[in-house]
Amino acid sequence: MKLITAIISESKLDMVREALIEAEITRITVSRASGFGRQVREEIYRGKKMIPNLNPKVRIDIAVNDEFVDITVDAIIKSARSQGDGEIGDGKIFIQSLEEVIRIRTGERGSAAI
Amino acid sequence: MKKRNWQKTFIFGFLILFMSGNVFAEGQPEIDSGATAWMLTSTALVLLMIPGLAMFYGGLVKTKNVLGTMMHSFAAMGVMTILWVTVGYSMCFGENVLGGWFGWNSDYFLLSGIDTNIMEGGVPEYVFSMFQGKFAIITPALIAGAFAERVSFKAYVFFIALWGVFVYNPLCHWVWAEDGFLFNLGANGAIDFAGGTVVHISAAVAGLVAAIFIGPRRRFPNILTRPNNLVMTVIGAGLLWVGWFGFNAGSSVSSSLSTAQALAVTQVAAAAGAVAWILAETIHQGKATVLGFISGILAGLVVITPAAGVVQPYAAIILGFFASLASYIFVSKKHIFNLDDTLDVFGIHGIAAIVGAIFLVFFIRDSWMADAALANGGIWTIWQQLGVQTVAVLIAISYTAVATLIILFVVNKITKFRASDIEEMKGLDTVYHGERGYGMLNPN
Repeated sequence: MKLITAIISESKLDMVREALIEAEITRITVSRASGFGRQVREEIYRGKKMIPNLNPKVRIDIAVNDEFVDITVDAIIKSARSQGDGEIGDGKIFIQSLEEVIRIRTGERGSAAI
Repeated sequence: MKKRNWQKTFIFGFLILFMSGNVFAEGQPEIDSGATAWMLTSTALVLLMIPGLAMFYGGLVKTKNVLGTMMHSFAAMGVMTILWVTVGYSMCFGENVLGGWFGWNSDYFLLSGIDTNIMEGGVPEYVFSMFQGKFAIITPALIAGAFAERVSFKAYVFFIALWGVFVYNPLCHWVWAEDGFLFNLGANGAIDFAGGTVVHISAAVAGLVAAIFIGPRRRFPNILTRPNNLVMTVIGAGLLWVGWFGFNAGSSVSSSLSTAQALAVTQVAAAAGAVAWILAETIHQGKATVLGFISGILAGLVVITPAAGVVQPYAAIILGFFASLASYIFVSKKHIFNLDDTLDVFGIHGIAAIVGAIFLVFFIRDSWMADAALANGGIWTIWQQLGVQTVAVLIAISYTAVATLIILFVVNKITKFRASDIEEMKGLDTVYHGERGYGMLNPN
């Protein structure tokens, strides 16, 4: 089992969600995040250009069984990458191994609980 | 709202002004400070409805569209005010031109000819023109709810400017100017005290036509629009209710008995509408929602708008109750028509205003019917008035629908009205305004 965490651009959330649903990955957790990477984004505030020190992003967490890792990652990359060769700021995907999953309602553990 | 008998006074006043060259023309009515004070207050109250509307609409959309939606209301305050003082007031309250399509009076251009004018009711004409100007702002702002979350800001601005000039101004002239043809329809005119046809039916029909023309949002109807901030919507509804006292009671353009009558029924109808909606919800769904209560307030306020001058509180209860039920049924069934009227402009404003404009005839005060009978030479029945009201409503609906469609077509040629799929997904706030409504709140 793996925990896939994707940090994506806010404006790509709808596209990523739709692509995941198409790939039959429907169980996800979404939260707002903010952070800083290589992307330098200018904003206009009252006519002045500013570079905010943290950029708003969306964080998606998905727990999957091993055979679904590639499907999920492909769907995210395909939908979150900007047109053409992509842009700095399209985000990152982190994959960690997942020690245990427990469904609260039944107490099931492991792969069946995902 | 009534301008009967005043027009001649102004024209006469202007003649004196120009002939004598005296700024303080003699023979003008004296200022009635009571009436003027109330009209100043009403003018401010009607303006308060626009931030109210911005909050009402703004709270209901997705987080990524909150600013763009509020901006629709605020942009109307800017654009429509400038248009109002340049051409709007003249087109609405000038004398008939082009066969009565709209009015014109060059003295009203930039309001330059009314600088020292006092109207017959003792109210400076500046106050009347500004009061009326607020109606010209709120009407296009109301339309925006029907196509919220999916239109380009630039196209919206072109649209409200053209719509204000070619739909609102002619309708306002027909219904409220002394020589407007709906004002003189039947024995005593079509009854539209504060804007049932001019404001609500026209905005709702325009919204309906525009929503169909522009098409639904992406993935409609499989989307759940979860309000980004219902608290803001509730505050907005509160401001609308408060502002509506200026809208209705101010429409008497006096501080008198008719003002008091309009004020009382406004309060009662709003309450009846709100109670009716949550009753229906409780019976139908099992829960009384806050959004339901405030939707009912709006339905009640809208239904009493045309009727506020001619009915009594018992009628306000009946009208408020049934308008709210009719709106509730429409809103809960609109998916049948595959209609994406995002914030239910037609479902609430359209339905309730049509109910009000037509069914008010069964509750008209005897004194009004007596006046009408007198004007008609002895007899005037409610059935005759029902005919007049129906004709006025049908004219407002058909003129608005056709003219709006033409305007939409023209605007769509200038700049694409609908936001692209990508823009819609990114949200109006970033795409058209480069801003975000909230900090880190509300994943949506």
